[in-house]
Amino acid sequence: MDLIKLTIDNVPVEVEPGTTILKAAEKVGIKIPTLCYMELPDVGVINNPGACRMCVVDIGGPRLFPACATTCTPNMVVKTNSPRVLNARRTVMQLILSDHPADCLLCAKNDDCELRKLAAEMGVHELPFVENCKQSHYKKSTSPSINRDQDKCIMCRRCETMCNEVESVGAIGAINRGFNAVVATAFERPLVDSNCVFCGQCVAVCPTGALTEVNNNPEVLEAIADPTKTVIVETAPSIRAALGEEFGLEPGTLVTGKMVAALRRIGFDYVFDTDFAADMTIMEEGSELVDRLTRVAKGDKSVKLPLFTSCCPAWVNFCENEYPEMLDNLSTAKSPMEMFGPVAKSMYADKLGIKRENLVVVSVMPCVAKKFERQRPEFSKDGDSDVNIVITTRELARLIKINNIDFKSLPDEDFDAPMGESTGGAVIFGNTGGVMEAAVRVAYELVTGKKPEKVEFDEVRGFEGVRMATIDFAGTPVNVAVAHELRNARKLVEMVKSGKYNLAACEVMACPGGCIGGAGQPFHHGDSNILIARHNAIYREDENKKCRRSNENKQLAEVYKEFLGKPLAGRAHELLHTRYFDRHRI
Amino acid sequence: MNKIEINDCTIKKVNDICEKFGNKSGELINVLHETQNTLGYLPEEVQKVVAQNLNVPLVKVYGVVSFYSFFTMKPKGEHPISLCLGTACYVRGAENVLREFEKELGIKVGEVTPDGKFSLDCLRCLGCCGLAPVCMIGDKVYGRLEPKMVKEILAEY
Repeated sequence: MDLIKLTIDNVPVEVEPGTTILKAAEKVGIKIPTLCYMELPDVGVINNPGACRMCVVDIGGPRLFPACATTCTPNMVVKTNSPRVLNARRTVMQLILSDHPADCLLCAKNDDCELRKLAAEMGVHELPFVENCKQSHYKKSTSPSINRDQDKCIMCRRCETMCNEVESVGAIGAINRGFNAVVATAFERPLVDSNCVFCGQCVAVCPTGALTEVNNNPEVLEAIADPTKTVIVETAPSIRAALGEEFGLEPGTLVTGKMVAALRRIGFDYVFDTDFAADMTIMEEGSELVDRLTRVAKGDKSVKLPLFTSCCPAWVNFCENEYPEMLDNLSTAKSPMEMFGPVAKSMYADKLGIKRENLVVVSVMPCVAKKFERQRPEFSKDGDSDVNIVITTRELARLIKINNIDFKSLPDEDFDAPMGESTGGAVIFGNTGGVMEAAVRVAYELVTGKKPEKVEFDEVRGFEGVRMATIDFAGTPVNVAVAHELRNARKLVEMVKSGKYNLAACEVMACPGGCIGGAGQPFHHGDSNILIARHNAIYREDENKKCRRSNENKQLAEVYKEFLGKPLAGRAHELLHTRYFDRHRI
Repeated sequence: MNKIEINDCTIKKVNDICEKFGNKSGELINVLHETQNTLGYLPEEVQKVVAQNLNVPLVKVYGVVSFYSFFTMKPKGEHPISLCLGTACYVRGAENVLREFEKELGIKVGEVTPDGKFSLDCLRCLGCCGLAPVCMIGDKVYGRLEPKMVKEILAEY
């Protein structure tokens, strides 16, 4: 098709038909300011409702048009910086700010606020409309994972796009009209009473302080300061690939050693790795898969296949809410975090000779749904949660900063034993497709009795929403599928329910790209290159590992031998497996 | 119309309306329109049934109901009063008429009298600005209103 020729600020540019003015301008080095617009092309996320009008441009005629939602036409003459445009843009910013609380210094978003940054860039320092101006007042609300301050909502609708289109949950949407319009739940109920799954992708994209994660750092500091408590910490696979960004390091920089050093300096008594527990998850989930396949082969009709992974708490919530009929397909294996908790609180507490309630388990997660997961009553004993506190990557970064630690100059340190060793299989849990790949690495051996010829299974990698692959188990083809983002999980479940696909195992992660794109990670501000850099870093860490299959983890083998017994049986069954609940609601 | 009981019969009515529009999500507004005409208002339970039938998130249904002033989640009175506060009516003193209605009925805009007889709502323009200020009670139009007429009008019911 012919290219479209136009000029933007007198610079000629040629673009494919269908290109927006915003994209065309980018090609010639013109950066039109945006606020509501957000695009992550690699994971298929776009929000361009043209709602904020920050990107308006002059294309002739009486009206200004939003560059993010207006496509280029032949011979178009676009002005992005004429006095008329700049004036309109400034007015738009002033109008938005006139109904926005000015408590920036105290706001949880503060330095990460896109509205504040843009206002500063535009040099907006006075508000002509403030006198007699109406301001909306909503109650602040909280939940196990997410805080909402709707006064700070600027109706960019990014959260709505994530919740409705990307995650297909539909817990929040625009309600009311005019001045009272705001993004909220149906009937303005608290999030816990809605069908929210707490994936937190709304938080991950909110440009202002309207949506933030619950801050659990004060509890961490309190526990560390308490001399009667032994405080241990575990860090999820994807933290090491993202934490550096909070300290100005290039996206994709692996900071495993520095992170461990920082955690020790913060005052944690022992620093462990959720990766150790991820290896444990693979041992349990892999064994469960093999067990189900064997039983089906023997004609057992009560066994449900495919087996769905259950590491992702938002996916588990989604399944309980939307597909209760699929709960028997969910692996009974707990998530790595929830496996770590009870093992630490029994085996390790005994080893240290301390009581369960004096051992505080802190988890650093890329995820806000983990804050919800840890509060599930089934993950506690006598009122004491298996995992006491969950903080996100962003909270950890703040914790490091308030503890006066110069992160970049830290030496590399190693995790403590025995729950610090891990294999490459555990590391890749952070990427979409990673759990499946790790499971295949082990299941192959469990089924065939020999090691697979290759360790990397490229067929389950990538960013495509739903990926299907057939793995050759020494002559037996095994069909697996991987989905990331819950809209694709929904697609996958519908495919499974159609009965047309003979699948053995399915992996689901709720966030774009898997945990690397988790809602607790440093804000990507709409830059999908950051997600790709983290994604690659995770595979690099895997390549650097001596052992890459979970069944090669020596410390874990010891723990099984001395404490857990065999996968799926005895103590392993009791501590590492769970059940699910029908929470169907609309 | 008073508060309705949400029973199988009500749900069937809603189901039938959704069915009539092919359970299509694009027909949400039409479905809500007809449902409100049938039931008088759109309580939460009814919105849930609509959401389920049309396969749209509940918050989308609530979003539409809360956006359009025509839709209401509160039951109307036996005689719904709609007073116009459009430009023409407003400049000719509709606000004073509204105060009088509120005083006489002892309720505020959007409320129903305790006996369920009257409900009071405002709207923007009934399309007969020559009669301003104007109101409707049920299907009957009253024009050239003055506060002192309110008591008399209410006495008709």
